[in-house]
Amino acid sequence: MSALLEIDNVTKRFGGLCAISKCNVRVMEGHAHGIIGPNGAGKTTLFNLITGIYKPTEGDIRFRGESIAGLRPGRIALKGIGRTFQNIRLCKNLTVLDNVRIAFDSQLHYSPLEAMLRLPRLGRDERRSIDESMKLLEPFGLTPHAHAVAGDMSYGLQRKLEIARALALKPRLLLLDEPAAGLNTGETAALTEFLRWVKSEFQVTLVLIEHHMHLVMNLCDRITVLDFGQTIAEGTPAEIRENPRVIDAYLGGTEVEQG
Amino acid sequence: MRAFFESLGRSRMALPILVVLGFAFCVACEFLPIINTYTKGVLIMVGINIILCASLNLVNGYMGEFSVGHAGFMALGAYASAVMTIKWLPASVFELPLAVLFGGTVAAAIGFLLALLSFKTRGDYLAIITLAFLMIVKSAVENIEYLGGPRGMTPPVLTNLPWAFFWVVVTLWIIRNLVYSKFGRAITAIREDEIAANAMGVRVREAKILAFSTSAFFGGVAGALYAQVNFFIDPKSFDIVRSTEILVMVYLGGVASLAGSILGAVIFTLLFQALQDLGTWRMVVMPLILVLLMIFRPRGIMGMKELPWFLPKRELFTKRQP
Repeated sequence: MSALLEIDNVTKRFGGLCAISKCNVRVMEGHAHGIIGPNGAGKTTLFNLITGIYKPTEGDIRFRGESIAGLRPGRIALKGIGRTFQNIRLCKNLTVLDNVRIAFDSQLHYSPLEAMLRLPRLGRDERRSIDESMKLLEPFGLTPHAHAVAGDMSYGLQRKLEIARALALKPRLLLLDEPAAGLNTGETAALTEFLRWVKSEFQVTLVLIEHHMHLVMNLCDRITVLDFGQTIAEGTPAEIRENPRVIDAYLGGTEVEQG
Repeated sequence: MRAFFESLGRSRMALPILVVLGFAFCVACEFLPIINTYTKGVLIMVGINIILCASLNLVNGYMGEFSVGHAGFMALGAYASAVMTIKWLPASVFELPLAVLFGGTVAAAIGFLLALLSFKTRGDYLAIITLAFLMIVKSAVENIEYLGGPRGMTPPVLTNLPWAFFWVVVTLWIIRNLVYSKFGRAITAIREDEIAANAMGVRVREAKILAFSTSAFFGGVAGALYAQVNFFIDPKSFDIVRSTEILVMVYLGGVASLAGSILGAVIFTLLFQALQDLGTWRMVVMPLILVLLMIFRPRGIMGMKELPWFLPKRELFTKRQP
């Protein structure tokens, strides 16, 4: 098994603030990889670095062995990295179906001229995009809402739509930023099963930021713990649970020696 | 009655029939004394304004940016076509179509450059860049002796009603096709959330360039038609007031709606003519309408909604409808 994503000694500074410092993460193909850490540890910053919203100050990010540090966000997405956002970012005025189609569009190849003049390839491609997008909505329970306006839907459905939309890109790697935020215990358990199913069905590697330990411990093959922008531990859920530095970071103990 | 209108709304034949009838009417007006020259002039202006409004809507409505430079593209189109008809190809058979296409192409080329310059800017900053562009175009034209300087140019009158109508249909058809393609969805996604659009693999640069260039092209086309109907163009015809008028039409009719663009242009042009008697007071009434509109219907009459006639068949059930 090889590393799908390698974050290699990455540092990100915002002026004087060091949000990420010499961070190393290796995500194996086919794994579910958890990223945990206290608030402000730099987890979302790490996602923004991977997806190109920020450029690393130092270090390199490799996806399938190829450096993606400094590429534009759109390019990185097209290389096969889909993501969801901590505070849902949907096209709120568009329908559910159109939200998915926008992501699916990267697989349509007609040119602007063909679009403007409505040449035959456009119709074929568009019908395919509608059919495949509808098909994608089904396992998410979104089929009855396909023509609803995304912003009018319930929070839970919007979360699901965001995942469906990310999968429409046909990504190899899916980054989920707090997918269980705002869900209760029962819903979180259902989400765990659902993500497991997504992982096998779409053959996608998952990286998730999450605070619900239950979900992380149950789902993830490996976990990276960040604190103050640094990797303080990496290992299997069982190892992480026993790690004194992790316990220290979470519970804020002062007795444990630093470093 | 209601059922009749609903079935009419869903009818796929209604729009093509209307287009044919409209064209026939325009041709009839040209050869038969149905309407007087003044009315004809107003109708041509309605057509030109529809083209301006629909094309600006692509950037300001569908893409959600705020460009105030549309009069600049109009000026480019007008002057390019005037140069073509006066200096390069006077009185040749092709001058009519060529001049309009040339006007559009020049505007599109400059629109392309403007898009390159303004990638990273949004909102207020883009408004300032387009404002600067408008001022550059206006003062450039004022100072180029070849283009008549402040005195302007007097291109021959070539545009007639059927020709204006033809371009209205072409403009709406092409913008409609673009909007309901992956490019239109990309443009709309940029309006909704640029960061999310990026994460969805939308080629943001490509979409912005396309929206800007297409919008500029039809702005130029409108300018070329305007030059050929007015017998006279000068730099003052393309100042910020002109841009404001187009903006009013877009926000009156409704953002991200072609039906809205038509409605906005028609209402504005007719109102503008009807209020002619008010003289300078017209300049008070029009902005007042705009203020009231922003308070009571900030997205315009048809904001974000579309008449089913304009939707491609496969999209009929995928969009919000009025």
